[in-house]
Amino acid sequence: MTPVLRSSHRKAGFDTVFHGLLLICSLLVLAMLGGLILLMATGGWQAFARFGLSFFTKASWNPVRDVYGVLAPLLGTLVSTLIAMLIAVPMAFGTAFWLTYIASGRFSSIVGTTIQLLAAVPSIIFGMWGFQTIVPFIARDVQPFLNHHFRHVPGLGPIVSGPPVGTGLVTSGIVLAVMVAPFITAVMVDVFGAVPPMLRESAYGLGATRWEMMRKIVVPWSRNGMIGAIVLGMGRALGETMAVTFIIGNVTTVGWSLFAPRSTVASLIALQFPESPEGSIRLSSLMALGFILMLLSCVSLVLARCLRGKRQ
Amino acid sequence: MTASVTPASSSGAGRTGSDSGRWRPGRKAMRRQMLDYVATGVSIAAGSVLLLVLVSILWTLLSRGLAGLSWATVTHRMGPPGSGGGLANAIVGSLLQTGLALLMAAPVGLMCGIYLSEYGRKGNHFASVVRFVADMLMSAPSILIGLFIYQLLVVPFGHFSGFSGAVALAVLALPLIVRTTEDMLCLVPTAMREAGAALGAARWRVILFLCLRSARKGVTTGILLALARMGGETAPLLFTSLGNQTMSTDMTRPMASLPIAIYQYAGASYEDWVQLAWTGALLVTFGVLLINITVRLSSRH
Repeated sequence: MTPVLRSSHRKAGFDTVFHGLLLICSLLVLAMLGGLILLMATGGWQAFARFGLSFFTKASWNPVRDVYGVLAPLLGTLVSTLIAMLIAVPMAFGTAFWLTYIASGRFSSIVGTTIQLLAAVPSIIFGMWGFQTIVPFIARDVQPFLNHHFRHVPGLGPIVSGPPVGTGLVTSGIVLAVMVAPFITAVMVDVFGAVPPMLRESAYGLGATRWEMMRKIVVPWSRNGMIGAIVLGMGRALGETMAVTFIIGNVTTVGWSLFAPRSTVASLIALQFPESPEGSIRLSSLMALGFILMLLSCVSLVLARCLRGKRQ
Repeated sequence: MTASVTPASSSGAGRTGSDSGRWRPGRKAMRRQMLDYVATGVSIAAGSVLLLVLVSILWTLLSRGLAGLSWATVTHRMGPPGSGGGLANAIVGSLLQTGLALLMAAPVGLMCGIYLSEYGRKGNHFASVVRFVADMLMSAPSILIGLFIYQLLVVPFGHFSGFSGAVALAVLALPLIVRTTEDMLCLVPTAMREAGAALGAARWRVILFLCLRSARKGVTTGILLALARMGGETAPLLFTSLGNQTMSTDMTRPMASLPIAIYQYAGASYEDWVQLAWTGALLVTFGVLLINITVRLSSRH
């Protein structure tokens, strides 16, 4: 009797140790996010305290006079993400529609894998590719064309004007779009695949065409999942650094033109960091920017969670 | 049974004229048909654009990068322009940092994933918080992870180091490993756990030797994909391992890495540095794609 008891004691003992070990590792994950947010907030505190509200309303980023405002990079991030989403969402939706309902099984699995590979390409490669192909295309073909034909159209003129250098919000929007589109596509394919076949067959049985089946059955059924996918893709575009740094132009100005060089939060952090000595107000401003970016990313994730959660 | 059975009656299009027997689409049916064709065409075009982008990226990489690919590139260390430098120290640095990061992230990630799947099923609020935080870490911009580790490890020690670069990469990979491990363990049938428990095995033994072993393949896939993700990541290394022109295997000193070398050289005005940047980009991309293709091919069987 005794040995059995002793061994079961030992087992129970190790089970507790094991459980504790697992708990510690889970706590470590919690501590990481906590530390991330805390260190950003404390690092950026100096800037928040010194500039107050003008930190958000001033567009100047002036290292000479040591005055910093986040309006320019913040607008750059938001507008380039918006452009990216306007391009990426229709592209991802179309691709997912093609892969799930139009293409034949074998073909769609090959194309699906290829597009997933595109999602695995490191972001710095997208930046170099954009610099090599998209920037010259915009500078040589798109900008002269737009400048020539739309310069005097009221409302449109200021948006398309600018020196034909090719870098700017539209360029980064395009590159961000092809970067996040494969990711959104992959999630959408999963969501579309989860629609019960019986619903689709009923639609066909009633004489619906493929597009009508898509629009009236699949889209309403998977709306929340699709929105979740889009918001997650948006989170990626918001925080992207390396791809954008190559092609945004990195000028901290605010203006109407979508084709003039601008900057985004992440690219500004990456570029200004090496010139910001430790403990300076400049570094603190960068940390504050990081904190704002973290908040944006958290908000987009919570949004995705809420929208997705409603279905269950 | 007296109702007409022609498709026209159900799709809302009328018969045209008196030549009954042959059905012709009405205007509405034509419009619907056209709309369907247009939608199909547009979505095929959208997919083709994505495929074209991938081809264009690969083509750009190959056409710019292959020219500089030689034995000297992978054996010589980085040097001043015109001196025939290579990328050897960057490659070594990348391997060291990614390897160390994997050694740190994999055990912690596995443990956390096990906790979530085995102890954190429904009703465990702590587990759902951990799950949410892991998702949040996964979507956190990678440059912020670099800033975080800079504050945590670089500022207190006073210098950049390869070790802090590895920690930053580990933070990046951790949530990925956690979530895939959890997903894979959840696929293991409960009957397997019950069978183990019925034979008198302790819980840790059941988890490690039954569940984890049967989910081995999926878990390895997750770790490999995390490795591929780390290999191409630049932003977190900018503020942590900084980059280094000389060959260094000392983890406490600044260390070179392939993505950083690409970043530094791509914007340079020397022709041979730009060439090295493209060659490095080719190496990184094909390394990452190779891991991905291997994982996908092996998981299909």
